[in-house]
Formats: sequence, structure tokens, C-alpha cells
Amino acid sequence: MENINLKINGLDVSAPAGSTILEAAHLAGIRIPTLCYLKEINEIGACRMCVVEVKGARNLAAACVHPVNEGMEVYTNTPKLIESRKKTLQLLLSNHDKKCLSCVRSGTCELQQLCHEYGVDDEDFYEGEMNHYEPDDSAAHMIRDNNKCILCRRCVAVCEKTQGIGVIGPNNRGFATVIGSAFEMGLGETSCVSCGQCIAVCPTGALYEKDYTKQIIEAIADPDKYVVVQTAPSVRAGLGEEFGYPMGTDVEGKMAAALRRIGFNKVFDTDWAADLTIMEEANELLDRVKNGGVLPMITSCSPGWIKYCEHYFPDMTENLSTCKSPQQMFGAMLKTYFAEKEGIDPKKIVSVSVMPCTAKKFEIGREDQSAGGVPDVDIAITTRELARLIRRCGIEFTALPDEEFDNPMGESTGAGVIFGATGGVMEAALRTAVETLTGEELANLEFTDVRGTEGIKEASYNVAGMDVKVAVASGLGNARELLNKVKAGEAEYHFIEIMGCPGGCVNGGGQPQVSGDVRNFTDVRGIRAGVLYRNDAAKAIRKSHENPEIKRLYEEYLGAPGSHKAHETLHTSYVKRSVN
Amino acid sequence: MLSNKSTVQFNGTKEQEKELLEVIHELKDEKGALMPIMQKAQDIYGYLPYEVQKIISDETGIPLEKIYGVATFYSQFNLNPKGRYRISVCLGTACYVKGSGDIYNKLMEKLGIVGGECTADGKFSLDACRCVGACGLAPVMMVNDEVYGRLTVDDIDDILAKYE
Amino acid sequence: MKSLEELKAIRERNQGEIGIRSGNREQAGSKYRLHVLVCGGTGCTSSGSQKIREKLEEEIKRNGLEDEVGIVKTGCFGLCALGPIMIVYPEGAFYAMVKEEDIPEIVSEHLLKGNVVERLLYDETVKGNNEILPLQETQFYKKQHRVALRNCGAINPEKIEEYIGTRGYEALGMVLTEKKPEEVIQTILDSGLRGRGGAGFPTGLKWKFAAANQAEQKYVCCNADEGDPGAFMDRSVLEGDPHVVLEAMAIAGYAIGASQGYIYVRAEYPIAVERLNIAISQAREYGLLGKDIFGTGFDFDIELRLGAGAFVCGEETALMTSIEGNRGEPRPRPPFPALKGLFRKPTILNNVETLANIPQIILNGAGWFADMGTEKSKGTKVFALGGKVKNTGLVEIPMGTTLREIVEEIGGGIPGGKKFKAAQTGGPSGGCIPAEHFDVPIDYDNLIAIGSMMGSGGLIVMDEDTCMVDIAKFFLEFTVDESCGKCTPCRIGTRRMLEILEKITNGQGTMEDLDKLEDLAAHLKSNSLCALGQTAPNPVLSTLRYFKDEYIAHIVDKKCPAGVCKALLSYKIDADKCKGCTLCARTCPNDAITGSVREPHVINQDKCVKCGACMEKCRFGAIYKE
Repeated sequence: MENINLKINGLDVSAPAGSTILEAAHLAGIRIPTLCYLKEINEIGACRMCVVEVKGARNLAAACVHPVNEGMEVYTNTPKLIESRKKTLQLLLSNHDKKCLSCVRSGTCELQQLCHEYGVDDEDFYEGEMNHYEPDDSAAHMIRDNNKCILCRRCVAVCEKTQGIGVIGPNNRGFATVIGSAFEMGLGETSCVSCGQCIAVCPTGALYEKDYTKQIIEAIADPDKYVVVQTAPSVRAGLGEEFGYPMGTDVEGKMAAALRRIGFNKVFDTDWAADLTIMEEANELLDRVKNGGVLPMITSCSPGWIKYCEHYFPDMTENLSTCKSPQQMFGAMLKTYFAEKEGIDPKKIVSVSVMPCTAKKFEIGREDQSAGGVPDVDIAITTRELARLIRRCGIEFTALPDEEFDNPMGESTGAGVIFGATGGVMEAALRTAVETLTGEELANLEFTDVRGTEGIKEASYNVAGMDVKVAVASGLGNARELLNKVKAGEAEYHFIEIMGCPGGCVNGGGQPQVSGDVRNFTDVRGIRAGVLYRNDAAKAIRKSHENPEIKRLYEEYLGAPGSHKAHETLHTSYVKRSVN
Repeated sequence: MLSNKSTVQFNGTKEQEKELLEVIHELKDEKGALMPIMQKAQDIYGYLPYEVQKIISDETGIPLEKIYGVATFYSQFNLNPKGRYRISVCLGTACYVKGSGDIYNKLMEKLGIVGGECTADGKFSLDACRCVGACGLAPVMMVNDEVYGRLTVDDIDDILAKYE
Repeated sequence: MKSLEELKAIRERNQGEIGIRSGNREQAGSKYRLHVLVCGGTGCTSSGSQKIREKLEEEIKRNGLEDEVGIVKTGCFGLCALGPIMIVYPEGAFYAMVKEEDIPEIVSEHLLKGNVVERLLYDETVKGNNEILPLQETQFYKKQHRVALRNCGAINPEKIEEYIGTRGYEALGMVLTEKKPEEVIQTILDSGLRGRGGAGFPTGLKWKFAAANQAEQKYVCCNADEGDPGAFMDRSVLEGDPHVVLEAMAIAGYAIGASQGYIYVRAEYPIAVERLNIAISQAREYGLLGKDIFGTGFDFDIELRLGAGAFVCGEETALMTSIEGNRGEPRPRPPFPALKGLFRKPTILNNVETLANIPQIILNGAGWFADMGTEKSKGTKVFALGGKVKNTGLVEIPMGTTLREIVEEIGGGIPGGKKFKAAQTGGPSGGCIPAEHFDVPIDYDNLIAIGSMMGSGGLIVMDEDTCMVDIAKFFLEFTVDESCGKCTPCRIGTRRMLEILEKITNGQGTMEDLDKLEDLAAHLKSNSLCALGQTAPNPVLSTLRYFKDEYIAHIVDKKCPAGVCKALLSYKIDADKCKGCTLCARTCPNDAITGSVREPHVINQDKCVKCGACMEKCRFGAIYKE
């Protein structure tokens, strides 16, 4: 591609044609602050933080959207600009509740960070009327507090463009503009799917998950409770970011050690349940293929995707695998199999999950998710809450030794760990399904066609003389595109993996927030997924059906995949929902 | 529940719904059809309550929130029904310098409502508007399509009385 | 319509009807002896011209004059203050403020017997002895030069034949059959025409950019979302001469290679909308819109889109966002519409008045147009003259006319012997021009230099009773209301500016507030996303520039010199003048006035609500405010 030559702050810079000033500056190692900008989905030039001076231009230009031109001269840090940005920040603060000390984002808030950088010395410089809003806590998973909203609209962009949902957007106009739902409904009344992507991109504390760390601390302190924790694959790939490790650091061992020190009675791994899921799901798929069941079968691990399907594709809920998600399978086995084995009253067990996901908070309250007559999972917290819990319990995370999960439900295979990346469930299922169908050992375990962060992937495999067609989608906008094709008869598949969040769980709505200026220039999904694939590659056992503890589970308790008992405990049902 | 749902019971008829559906099917494949559809819908129902916006959303596939966002952006879309007699007072520059602000205040006082509201009996609704183009007659107010110009505060009682 | 000849034949058939209204007294082949033109513009319709027309029809019938007198419903004559207006041709008798009860007399005396009813004429046109001063020679019209408004008030806008009768669609025919698109653009460039919607960007240049960008679809948009309070130029053109807009858009479409046009018009203009709809369907019937226009293979059609009450949609990118079916929020530029406009395709957007000039430029040549106006501002400009001036209405003057000429000559001066204080142009984006610049020739660049702008053409005259701080506040209230809320400086900054102004007009302002206000104004100007936010501070900046002493009076002396800001004024009774008639005391709604009969009264300042009712009622001029 052609390159454009320009000067930024007097330096010669060369950037590909079509680059914005922001991108060109980034190439030259110059950071221009942004608040509203999200690459590709929110290029609206609204917050005015990224203003720069362009020689010869009448007004300041928004670097995030202004393309570079040959010979252009740009200044990014003149006294005038620094003053402009400071004033813009002060204007934002004049309609912001400024309760930083009690804010969940204190320390990670992008607004706070910029105020610090630009020397905002008087947060009350512009006084005046403020908008006051009642925080919305109607959804199971999160709170929307518009008193902290700066109207950057990143949440709107991710909801509408990435996820194709659009249950939040700007309402009213001018000073009264507010992000909300139609007719100011609570999020819980809308067809919000709880994916939490809005939280992941929010620069301030306006959007945050419902926090259950207190309940965990109390449960652990209660001598009558037996508190067990499971951690999803992606948590180990993201948690380190909260403690200063570079993105892409695997902190599995430190995480297990931390959980143990917090005082959980058992520290288990959702990966174990992921292997179990593969056993049930592969069995269900083969059964549907052989016996003329509804195809394509679609995975059911992602509760955001499930809720989306129920709202937006209610006629396709039959296509969903009836398998519970790994979180719920884990909880089900914890309160039946494990409880029986250890002789613990399931009512005394507090089943805690740590998830990269906010929809898991919704999932634990669904119908038909209580195998032992009590909820499979009692408390679902996000990676971010776990980090908070670790800090609150006074644990020096970085100084911890690496430790192992407890047994039996901490034993897992490489197949279980890749569940966190888009294509991972598919790959894990293929490893098991192919070997089951052919009865032969796979020469190469890595199904690279379904790997990678692309939104929609397709592949076809000849297995025992049969062409198995599969597709993988992540991000609900991509899911919609794929399903519309299926519905229109333009594409035919046997098996589809769908994850609600783009890139899969590694980029889930419960993962540590990545600030805009890092996010815009970093492949967050790919880097975090790398942790899981490396973890997989290093494992001695990489196929779910070879997990010894899973084998034991079937031998001792469930019988065979798809057995009556398996159905009672590990499978669930869906409802049809409307769109609002 | 729906905190901004109209306080007035929705009374849409089957005929209105049929008309709306026809409008939607006629327009929905046109580029940028949302606003024309909403304008026609408002012609049919007089306002755009939840029930009407929901039909538009279901039929066009446009998220309800987007429709609501549009409805609350433009001042001509109403979420609440208007009175049988819609009073609008021009607060354009020419009228303002000739005292239309006083007329507006007086009307609020007389009707016991603020701008944008409708009296409890559904009779009068009051709004401020921008220039209606009758600047030569400033200050000006309109009741439905009737224009009253060269007003003084003392004229208001007589005008309102006409609609008793 | 397959050829220019066909068009000319229609023109010739209709010329007679137009000719009779030309002001000369020869009947140019009209089938009627007399034409009565009744204004059907919004202003006159509001003052009852519809009823006048009905009554007229009734009376004409009663007198058996149906075959002799033709009634023509026209667009605006411009002199809205005198509405309803009615003109009888060929005499050119201008009846002003016509009442229904006057009609029988006008019909029986004038139309039947030929005796002009002098007492009902616009007084300036009365010469006596049944003689009439031609309208063109009256003060209001004398200095005007009608190009964009040439057909307004002269033809029936609901009849395409009348438009064709005034050489309508000839320019389109000429362009399609004789000129290359580049030549059309060159003509517009040479004419020096600049956008009449506000910023004054050269129209030809806009076309040239859009023409240069290749795309399978391009668009021509007409901005008829006239939103400045007090401005109604575009509405008058749409109501009085809708076809000129359609013709110009088709010419533009040919020039840039577009086959589709959109007119974005305010829904608040029902008459304009109706006439545009009629005009579009007539033009389609005549094959002047649609496929293969003039048999040249050129296709062009136009769709109407109604605004829904958002001032910001007058901003070009917001207008396009709105046509696309969204909240009318502006988009950052670049990319400019010429590259990525409506539906992300190359688009030009021209304002109504700009377009109204195009066919005339084509017909008369670029030189004809460039001969009018000043060095950098060619042609004429239409202003909606309003506020404290005698002749409110619509005026079209050559660029370079001074404010003094407009206000004192055309406008007839300020009523009540009051002193001129300032004129506001450019609406909420413009500024106030003080008396010291009364003689500056009005053009784009001069107005900017003196801190205002052309804007779309609102011109509001203010006298000594107008408080400039209050006016700044008024405009800020408007922008606060109309800010779309997308960008930070405009959304929050306009609000904070307004709050400071409120503080000042309430007598609570400090000099630090004034600094903060100026500082914020500068911030909004350079940081806002679109022109609405960038220009929102102009009313404040221009009043600060020329009337800073008034701000200081509010802040330091706690006085409103114009006596407008209620918090800062008190009503007092001059004991020497008060006769003790008790009328004021009886009038006061709050019993704030006390005094015995035939003794000077006193106002209790604690109870006074400053409504001013007492002052209005006092027959001795004894009550004053300070």
C-alpha cells in the first residue's frame, strides 16, 4: 500500500494511506489521548480528547478520524491542546458524580487517568446543573450508573455493532442525552443477553458487574459451609493483567495458590467440566447425526449466546445442544457426585465459579439448572471480582508459588483448556468425535482451520467416509450473520460452535478491562488465546475422553455419556423469549 | 415497569394497526425509511407510544431502542398524546423580542401545566415552538392550525374561551 | 418532455397570463381582463388570506365576473407585516391588510367599475386621483433586486405551466441538450455564487469536488431545513416558486453525475411541503423529472424527506445522517460529503436560496450574476427582516447593500421613535452588529470581520429596549436546546455558558464569570465537532465585543440598562407626576402599590413581581423602571 509522508511534532512520519492521524502518531511512538474512539466500531470523533492542531486548518482536528494527507503538519501536544483537553475533561467532570474513592474503577478509570495526565487541578472548575439518574440494577449481571457516564458511546457501539443487539443507545438530545434502553426500561426488561461487552469497553465506572465478593468472604468464614471454587479456562489467561503481568501471561499456578489462601475448601477447575461437556456433546452430536436429530447442532457453553438465541432466534432453540455449560455441569457434579463421594450435604456446599463472563451470573439463576435439588452454582464471579477478592484478602499475588488444582475435579486435558478461545470447543469436540467415529488415534490433534480470531470460520472434515461440515462464530453479530445464512439455506453444517463474545471467553465481558488506547492497537483476543493454546500444547493428555477423572466419573457414577443419569444432571432446556 | 411508558392508556384500533402495517410494508425497503415510517405512524396514532414503536421494530427489524432514540431526538415526535387543542407559542426571535415569553408563561399559569404537557382532561396541550414564519404578526401563537397574531397577554382568556 | 421546442410551445401558451402581471398596463394576451393575486404564503395564510380568497371568489361570482377576473394564489410578496396582501393587475393595485368585509367593495368598485379603492391600498402606493405608485417604486421594494425571489408573489406555484411561462425549465433543457457537465460547473464557478445557507462556500467548487469522485451512485440534496429562529427565506421560495428548486437540483444532478435528489424540508412548513409534492408530481407528469429528460437519456428524480424538529439537521452531515434514518447527529469531516455523503456516496448539499439562483445564472450567464454584488460576494441575498422595524418581511438586496439601507429605507426605520441599537444576523450562529457598523456593505466577508455572519439570512433589528445580555442568553438557550449532545464541548459547554449568562442577568455574576465565559466561548469555537457548537458562542462573543459595558453594568452596578432583566430592575413612581388616580394600585396583581386618592402612590419593592402592568396602565407616565 502507498505510504503518506507527514510531520508530527516536527518529526517525519510515514504511514499507510488511509491511516488516521492517531494511527500515524502511534507508529511514531506518540500517544494521543482518546476516550470515545474504538477502532472500527466507534469512530465518531465525539469526546474531543484527541484534538490536534493541523497546520492551516481553522479548527482543531479529531485525530481518531482525521485521515493523514501528504505533507501534512500535525502538532499533538502544544500548550493550546493541553489546555483544550484539560477544559474538555473539566467539562466532563462538571456533569460527573466524581465519587472516585468509592468507584469500582478507581485506579483503572480512563477519565481519572486522563485528568491526572492533563493536570486537572480543579474538578469543580465548571459548576452547574448536573443530571441525576437512578442506577439501573434490574439485570442479573450488572449495574448501569449514568451518573458516571461520559457519553463516549463505546458501550452502544459494542452492543449494536459487534453484538448486533442494540438494547442500549443514546436517548434524548443535548445536555439531556443519556444512554439507556427504549422507554427507559431497565436492562433486565430488555433483550440484553448479559454478555458484558459494554462493561469491558466502558472507560469509567458507569457500567460494572454486580459484585459478589462479599458473599464469598462471608461463606468462607461460615464454619457450616463447604465452599468450593471452579475457575474457567480464560481466567488464568487474563487474571495476571490485574497484577501487572504483561497481557498473555499464564497465571494458572498462582491463581490456584491464591484461591487456596483465600480459604476455599476445594480449588477445582472448570476445565475438568469442559472435558465432561465434550463427552456429552460429542455423544449428542453423533446421536443426532445417526438418528436424524435436528441439525446443525449448536454449542451451548456460552450463556450470552444461549440468551441471544432465545430472544433473536427462538425458532432455533431446538438446534442448541441440550448440554449444560461446563460451569453448570461442574456445579451439578459437585453437588451430586462429589457430595455423595465425600459425604457432604449438598445444601452445605457453596458452589462458586470464577468466570471471564458476566452472563454466567444470569445463567446460575436459570430454570432447570439444579441437578441436586439445589442450584448447581451459587455464586458466579468474574475475573475482575477475583482480582478484587485476592487484594481484599491481603494476598501478595506476585509472590505466590505455583500450585496445582485439587483432585478429582481439578484434573483436565488440553482439550478442556482451549474451551476459552473461539474454535476451542469445536477443536476439543473434533478430537473426541473423530476418534470415537474412526476408532483410530488422531495423528495430528491440532485443527488449525477452526483456530484464530476471525469472526466466522468454516471447515469440512472427512471422517470415516462422511463429510462433517462445521462452522465457528464468535461475537453475536457474527453469529447472526452465520445463522441467517443457515436459515436461508445458503449454508449447511452438522455442528456449529458459537461464543457470545468476539474471540471467545478470553475476551469475555468479565475479563480485566483493557483501556481504549491499548485495546485499539493490541490483538487482545489473540494474545490471551495464545495462553490457552500453549497450555494445551504442554499437556500430556490433550483429549477429553482420555481424562482419567472423567473416565472415573462415568465408571463410578454416570454410566455412559447420554445415560439417563447424565441426562438428569448434565442436560437442560431452553425457553423462547421476545425482543425488547 | 416501563418507566417512560405513557400514563395514558393505549387505545389503538385494529384499523390503525392495519394502516401502520401497510405503511411499513410500503416503505421498509426504501433507504432510510425509519423516519418516514415514524412520521406516518404519528399521523395515524397522534403519538408514538411503546405499542406503536414495538410494531415498527418487529416489522422492520430495527432495534426498539434505536427507534426510541430517534423518537426522543426530534422534537416533533411525541411519546404522549397531545390535547384536542394543541397550543404552540412561537418563541422565535421576532416573537420573543415582542414578548411571546410572557404569553407562554401566562398560558402555563392559566392551564396549570408546563410546556410539553397536556391538561388532565385531554383538552389542551401546550408547547413552545420555533418560528412559524408569521413574524409580521409577532407575537404569535397557534391553536391547532389556527394562528393568533399581534397578541397581548390580555387576549389569552378570550382565545381559550373559544375552545371551551 | 422530449425537446426544448416542446417546452417553448408550453411557455408561449402561458406567457400571456404572466405578462398581465408584469406591471405594465398592456394586456399581453391573457384570457382575463384582470388578475387578482392573493398571497398564499405562510404569513398571509396565518392572517387569513384563505378566507379572503374564498370571499373573493364568492363576490366575483355574484357580480358575474368569473370570465373576466382570474384569481391567482401566489407565494409570498415579502411584505408580511401588511398581510393579508392582494394585488390587482394590470394596475398593480396593492391592497394591504385586507379584511373579509372589504372584499365586496373591492369587487364592485374596482374589479367591476375600475375605481381603485384608495383607502384600502397600501398607503405608500396612493398617489391620489385613482393613480397608483407602482409597487417597485415604494420604499420597501425600491432598493430590492429580485433574483431568487423573482417568481415569488408573481406566479401560481401550484401550476407548472406558469413556471414554464417565466422561462422555467429552459435552463435545464439548455444544459442537457447543449452543455457538458464540466461547462455547467464552470459557469457556476465563474458566477461566483456562494452557498446561501450560512458558510458561503463556493457552490461551483462543491459541485466540482463531487463531480470528480467516481461512484455508481451520487446524490443531490437540498437543504430546506431552515431552522434559524426568525428566518423564512427558504420557506418563501418553496412556497412561492417550488419548481425553481427542482430544476436547479436536476441541473446539479447532471453536473455531478447524480440521478437521485432529496429535499430535506422542515415538517413545520406544511404549505411548502404540499407545494413541493404538487410540483414534483407535475414535473414527473411533464417528464421534467424521471427517466430520459428532454430525450437526452438523463435520469433524475427527487424524493421529499421531512425533518422532525431538530435545528442541528441544518448542518450538512447531520442532515444526511437524518435522511439515513438516524438521530440527526453530525459526523466528523473529513470525509466531506463530496466524497462520502449520503449513504456514504458522493453528495452535494445546497441550500434552497442557492439553488433558486442556478437557473437564472444558466439563462443569463455567469457574467450577469457576477456583475451584481461585491468583489467576493456576488449576486443578491434574501433577508428575513424582523424585530423592531416597521416593514417586517422578506427582502432581496444586492450584496453590498448597507445595513442602514435595509433598516432605514427598505425596513422603514424603527417604530415608536426608538433608537437603533443592533441588528442580529446569522441567527444562533451569528452575532449582533452595532450602530457603528451601520454603513458596512453587507457581504460574507464583511459580516465575519465584524463578528457576525451571513447565516441563512435572518435579520432581526433591535432597539434601545433590547438588553444585549438577554439576547445572548436567548440564543444560548436556543443552542442548548438544539445541541445534539454528541460532542463534549457543545453538550456541556453551551449549558455552562448559559448558566453563567443566567447568573449575570440575575445580578449574581462576577467579573471572573465573564472571563470564564469568554474562555469557554473560545474553547467551544475551536473544539466542537460541528458548526453548531463551533458557532454557538458567536452571539456571546459579538455582544461582548460591542456591548461589554452592558455586561459590566449587570455585574458591577447590578443594573440592566435596557430595563429587561427583571432581577435587576425595579419599578418606581415619580411622585411629581403621580396624580393619585389609584389605577395602578387597582391593576397590581400582588397589591404591591399603596397610596391614598390624589396622593402620590408608592411601590413596595418587596412585594413587586415586576410584571410591568402598572406602568402600562398609568396614564400620566408617572411609573418608570430603573
